[in-house]
Amino acid sequence: MSGFMAVLQRDLRLALRQGADSVMVVAFFIVTTTLFPFGVGPEANILARIASGVIWVSALLAAMLSLERIFQADFEDGTLELLALSPVSMEMLVLGKVLAHWLTTGLPLIIAAPLMAVMLNMDQSGFVTLMIAMLLGTPALSLIGAIGAALILGARRGGVLVSLLVLPLYIPILIFGAGAVEAAQLGMSATEHLQIMGAILLLTLAATPFATAHAVRLAIE
Amino acid sequence: MADFNASDLTCLRGERLVFGGLSFAAKSGDAIMLRGRNGAGKSSLLRVMAGLLAPRSGALCWNGENIADDRAAHQSRLQYLGHQDAIKPVLSVRDNLRLWGQLRGVSQLDAVIDAALHALDIHHLARITGRYLSSGQKRRTALARILIGQSDLWLLDEPTVGLDRESCAELSQLIADFRATGGIVIYSTHIDLDVKNPNILDLDDFAIPMVEWLTEHADLNDDTNDSANMQHSVSPQEAVQ
Repeated sequence: MSGFMAVLQRDLRLALRQGADSVMVVAFFIVTTTLFPFGVGPEANILARIASGVIWVSALLAAMLSLERIFQADFEDGTLELLALSPVSMEMLVLGKVLAHWLTTGLPLIIAAPLMAVMLNMDQSGFVTLMIAMLLGTPALSLIGAIGAALILGARRGGVLVSLLVLPLYIPILIFGAGAVEAAQLGMSATEHLQIMGAILLLTLAATPFATAHAVRLAIE
Repeated sequence: MADFNASDLTCLRGERLVFGGLSFAAKSGDAIMLRGRNGAGKSSLLRVMAGLLAPRSGALCWNGENIADDRAAHQSRLQYLGHQDAIKPVLSVRDNLRLWGQLRGVSQLDAVIDAALHALDIHHLARITGRYLSSGQKRRTALARILIGQSDLWLLDEPTVGLDRESCAELSQLIADFRATGGIVIYSTHIDLDVKNPNILDLDDFAIPMVEWLTEHADLNDDTNDSANMQHSVSPQEAVQ
């Protein structure tokens, strides 16, 4: 557990010192979301109809953009090798890094999401559900993304590769995340959607650290 | 009294046989100097010893127990210095070192870091961020890392790269002190590091031609047989290069 905290603290400190990364993710999210009204026209009811989907797709893309930094810098300067040699298990270290990634990308996205919802004229009845769905969905994005980030270590043009690897795996989160908000807007219960998202989160929490740790070990061999 | 030994180690990198049939033995207080031309496998051997790389055949034993059986125990007793210094440009020297102490669960970490910084004569740099360090200072910070936390085995891959003459002398002193407390040091270097009577392991002696190794180990398992068939057209000289 102390190893988990040590890595978490260090990654958070690094993210704070290089604050640009988090700001960039949120800025990307805002810019992408803003493009849709230009593309589909400013009709309020159309925007309200697509708002939840647009917010989720933009959030997926923004989260994906930042995946590379989970391991890449540590891989390049030899830190990852030394982390693998530390007495702490790689799975624990991976969890620490993923939590740091979520705190510096997922959390800012959750805070920015209601603002974008207002801009897209989303019905107020969906706001709370959107927040809960993102709270359940974004950690899963970081967890799944970490596998992709670890698999591309050492590959050239990794950024493109990671999106091809990870985006298909994000589809369930997109479907249920957008579905939950839509259900709430139509006055129906979003509980089932949110329960499935919770299940996805638990599943990824249990399974992905092992896959990611294995991918990291392969990369540094 | 610890002892660290290996028998009949073989290291395969991709399709290339780096070394084969390598054995060594070391006990508390020993130093082994790895020698060999570029590409002879000094770094690979150190990585195998650290457990970062699995040997193709053979086993490494610490006090008679295979290190692959208990990775965590082996990792907590070794300190590895690779080619890269693993220093974050935005963190201070002290913060850079702190992580490694925390991962090893070192108590009174600040005092331990202070002692390590003094030993490498970089205490005045403690608050300087990584990006302003010269390459020699980075190397000294990396060396300070191996002093943090208890260890019984140092694996140093070209520790002298980027160091000036004084730092090399300090390093020699650190190695001598570590050996005096019963530590084992295994290092590779191109310049003469002042280490008292090290055992010399010349990796050029273990560069055996691929074809020869494959015929010796033909029974090892099926996938070696496959590559044996593939490699038959390769002449021994090509195989070692």
